[in-house]
Amino acid sequence: MKALLLRDLKLAFRAGGGFGLGIAFFLIVVILVPFSVGPESGLLTKIAPGVLWLGALLACLLSLDRILALDWEDGTLDLVATSPLPLEGVVSVKALAHWITTGVPLVVAAPVFGVLLNLPPQGFVWLVASLALGTPALSVIGTFGAALTVGIKRGGLLLSLLILPLYVPTLIFGAELARRGAEGQDVTTPLLMLAGITFGVIALLPFASALVLRMNLR
Amino acid sequence: MILRVKDVSVARGGVAVLEGLSFEINPGQALIVKGPNGVGKTTLLRTVAGLQPPFKGQVEAPEEAVAYAAHSDGLKTMLSVEENLRFWADVFGQSDIEKAIQAFDLVELRSRLAGSLSAGQKRRLGLARLLVTGRPIWVLDEPTVSLDTASVQLFADAVRAHLAEGGSALLATHIDLGLDVTMLDVGPFRAKQGDAPISGYDEAFL
Repeated sequence: MKALLLRDLKLAFRAGGGFGLGIAFFLIVVILVPFSVGPESGLLTKIAPGVLWLGALLACLLSLDRILALDWEDGTLDLVATSPLPLEGVVSVKALAHWITTGVPLVVAAPVFGVLLNLPPQGFVWLVASLALGTPALSVIGTFGAALTVGIKRGGLLLSLLILPLYVPTLIFGAELARRGAEGQDVTTPLLMLAGITFGVIALLPFASALVLRMNLR
Repeated sequence: MILRVKDVSVARGGVAVLEGLSFEINPGQALIVKGPNGVGKTTLLRTVAGLQPPFKGQVEAPEEAVAYAAHSDGLKTMLSVEENLRFWADVFGQSDIEKAIQAFDLVELRSRLAGSLSAGQKRRLGLARLLVTGRPIWVLDEPTVSLDTASVQLFADAVRAHLAEGGSALLATHIDLGLDVTMLDVGPFRAKQGDAPISGYDEAFL
């Protein structure tokens, strides 16, 4: 398991591994939004949490088809499936590696990007908290989507369409948490809902992912 | 560590391609599966490796005893020869990769990226992976593809050493490896309703 995680991280950081992909996309969205909605700072402050969350979600979506497709193409998945590693563990590790290479940089970069969107000072803590809590769910759900579409050539579009509805609850409660935090309102409800979604999918989805992966390998 | 295949039918895309196959491979023995293209050799090997369930019948293999090698070698082009082998050794809980590097003449290539290897060198690395699994039953699908004569000899030596150590092997190959093994022509086991015009149905929807 550890070997698989280390190998995935090593591959992500080497040339062509796609490590900067998500964060670069996030940066582009955040830089372009002020140009497109105009310089009115009140409006930017209002939409900042939502824009940051949407940017993070789309950045995450961008790299989903790399989670399993590359291992499928070079035959690694077949060989891993006949190895002592349980597939449930394999998909969990894959999701973890995706989160470390995509989710964590987004969480770290979000406060910097928040400045660009004129996010109020009290909002930074909750923005980081909501992303830190929400992005693991994005990676785990994304891995499920990748398992569903593995083996389909250029399945990126299908993957996005399948995954988007599953991302909606995380987006709603994540952005709501960040918004309420920025406006100084009570954050309990969205915080609990977001935590519930994340821990729920981490507990359940790896089993579903392993099941569909096993069927796709037949 | 006996591999038993009892009255097995295997299916591709839900249609049986081979039926009524039975054989047994004991430690120290190897069986070579022969047959025309498309007859279902790969499907049979995937079934034996546990990647898909048999359509009918039973495959009896000890838990975690089968090492499978297919057409693609499962190599990462951005990792070196040594890193690739080290990864598979870790996955299978082994530590010694030197023996595998020696056996397949990869010593001079060990720090090269797998992506910069020739097709034959990649194949040798893929076969070296078998040695680091430490598993007794090898299930190999066309292992000699893109190997030159000298490399085929290296591979034959590796199989011979494996059998001498009490391992066994099930191979699909068309090349004479110079091994003293049993041959099984699966042609006569072709399923009656096989070759139904169903192939490609899954692509049609996508």
